[in-house]
Amino acid sequence: MSISLSAITKSFGKNSVLKEISLDIADGEFLTLLGPSGCGKSTLLRILAGLELQSSGTVSIGGRTVDGVRPKRRDVAMVFQSYALYPHMTVAENMALPLRMRGLNAWQRLPLVGRLLPGTRIAKRQIEEEVRRTADALSIGPLLDRKPGQLSGGQRQRVALGRAMVRQPTVFLMDEPLSNLDAKLRVQMRAEIKELHSRLGVTFVYVTHDQSEAMTLSNRVAVMLDGELLQVAPPHEIYADPDDRRVAEFIGSPKINMLAGTVRERGRIDAAGTTLSAVLDMPVGTLVAVGIRPEAFHLTHHAGAGSFAGTVRLVEHMGSDLFVHLDVRGQGEPLIARLLAERAPHVTIGQTLHLAADLDRVLLFDEAGRRIRTTREGRGASVARLREMA
Amino acid sequence: MMAGILSVPDHLRRRRATSTRPPDATVEHAVRGHRHADIATAWSLAGPALILLMALFFLPVLTVFVIALTDWQFGASSLSFVGLANFREVFADQGFHASFLNTILYVLIVVPGTILLGLGIALLIESGKSCRAFYRALHFLPFMATLTAMAIAWEALLHPTIGLVNQTLAGFGLPTANWLRDEHTVLPVLAVIGIWQNLGYAMVLFLAGLKAIPQDLYDAADVDGADAWLDRLRTVTLPILGPVTMFVSIVVALKAFETFDTVQVLTQGGPEHASEMLLYTLYRESFQYLRTGYGSAVAVVFLAIVVALTLVQARLMDRKVHYQ
Repeated sequence: MSISLSAITKSFGKNSVLKEISLDIADGEFLTLLGPSGCGKSTLLRILAGLELQSSGTVSIGGRTVDGVRPKRRDVAMVFQSYALYPHMTVAENMALPLRMRGLNAWQRLPLVGRLLPGTRIAKRQIEEEVRRTADALSIGPLLDRKPGQLSGGQRQRVALGRAMVRQPTVFLMDEPLSNLDAKLRVQMRAEIKELHSRLGVTFVYVTHDQSEAMTLSNRVAVMLDGELLQVAPPHEIYADPDDRRVAEFIGSPKINMLAGTVRERGRIDAAGTTLSAVLDMPVGTLVAVGIRPEAFHLTHHAGAGSFAGTVRLVEHMGSDLFVHLDVRGQGEPLIARLLAERAPHVTIGQTLHLAADLDRVLLFDEAGRRIRTTREGRGASVARLREMA
Repeated sequence: MMAGILSVPDHLRRRRATSTRPPDATVEHAVRGHRHADIATAWSLAGPALILLMALFFLPVLTVFVIALTDWQFGASSLSFVGLANFREVFADQGFHASFLNTILYVLIVVPGTILLGLGIALLIESGKSCRAFYRALHFLPFMATLTAMAIAWEALLHPTIGLVNQTLAGFGLPTANWLRDEHTVLPVLAVIGIWQNLGYAMVLFLAGLKAIPQDLYDAADVDGADAWLDRLRTVTLPILGPVTMFVSIVVALKAFETFDTVQVLTQGGPEHASEMLLYTLYRESFQYLRTGYGSAVAVVFLAIVVALTLVQARLMDRKVHYQ
């Protein structure tokens, strides 16, 4: 089912949590809402599920407007961060509940009377089969008689997935489903969720604050900050071609280097003690932010225009890569460069180093944090091109 | 007591001294010294509580057990052992039977009544948004009040001619009763007072329990389709309140078993022993008729019943409410 959110706002009292969010999610897409805690991503998901009512705007699922429609009638399933398993029920009962609530009427659900009513037995057997089939698919078949309290975190996670899957919803909503797991299990479950998505082929909306989850799982990532939707794009584009300074800073580890720059005549930019040239159509004296990802740096031997000179403050060996922290004069925070270990084997603390940036990968932002795309570019080649001042 | 506590730092200092000694032939000696010192610390820490517990709890209980085997009368200078004669008398006594059955009936009314009403009120308060603190305080007041004084207020309300209850009933043309003097109504009326008194306590515990239910579970129930009031109650609220309910039922049952003040103030066990309950029987035998030996036997039986019931209740419910 496709999902369409248009101009969703939400405020609690005077506190505005969501500001005019519009978003279209295609049928079968895996979309991740990514943002730091408190950015409103969970609230947006809860509005989508019907657990929370938006202050204004409309939600439609599969072309049907669902504002005011109860969660159970939206045909969505949700996996919660805490798993929200019913502690008094066995795994089988937990997974059967959504089916029982749909397949049996109130009388049939009664403990003793229900059994006597016509159709109950057949319906119950179907539910049992369905639960077993789903449990086997998630390899939790042997756990069906246990209670959640007797399960490990990963097993509970599977049960929560199972409870969501068992009624074959057309939309899966997941609210930070992996954040209660340890690192190893998280990577494993991440792969399983991805596989689940390709197997089921239904729409997934996944909320997380973990960019590696967002980048590995999604077809598209929606980056949210302070109740605003900053950018919706495929993972590689979010990383390489961010629309907004905040997106660039939020995505990527170590963080992107942001240098304060000033536009000089003929499109040159002064930043961190060096001069870069861009094809910029901006008045002289405009302040810009120059964003350079750590891996966009490379070592260079000639000092001078276009290269950043500084002393090495810290070297972190990561195996194939080195993270070099470089103190540059006039720059508050050190620049962080990610260099291939084999190309920079002898970097030591205190050493003076010259770094040049890969010009295709330098990102420029205006004072409001919006991306400055240079005028000559076509739509596809959207990186700001800079030329070294030779 | 003080000496025991003060000796601890001394000991710790000594212990540090021994542990820094180099490992040689004296090690074994030092280790043994350690162990002795640890034991001494343990006793000196547990000692005060142990002495108090012995003096205030175990010894009196033991004394009651011993007195139950004698024909001692309160204040008498001599006594003789009569073996189990007191217990035989207790079990053969019609008065005790009546008192026992009354107590059971009373508990069977008070416990479910308190739990249902307490839970109901807690759910109502929790579902509303305004005046929560006010309603909470209002319902908790009876539990705080002195029951003896409250019993007198109830007596006035239940007075056969000028009492508000009968006047109201008569006003609506309904039949009235002499509530506290009629053997059919007296026990239920006492039970109602018992419920009224314990309600607030149960409510406060249920409120705390309701607050502790994770919102996620209700959300999950909503998504799963259990979003009607009764379904939510059955799927989430009641099961999660299980441990609280167990605690409330045990505590209220114990309180109901020990009911004494309302009986003493309002009915003195009458009419025709219709409102006589175990604790009142115990009191009357021991301190009014001064048959302390017999009274002690009743006390022992009472203790046995209460302990047994509590254990059974805890064991049975524990298995059902702690979801492991």
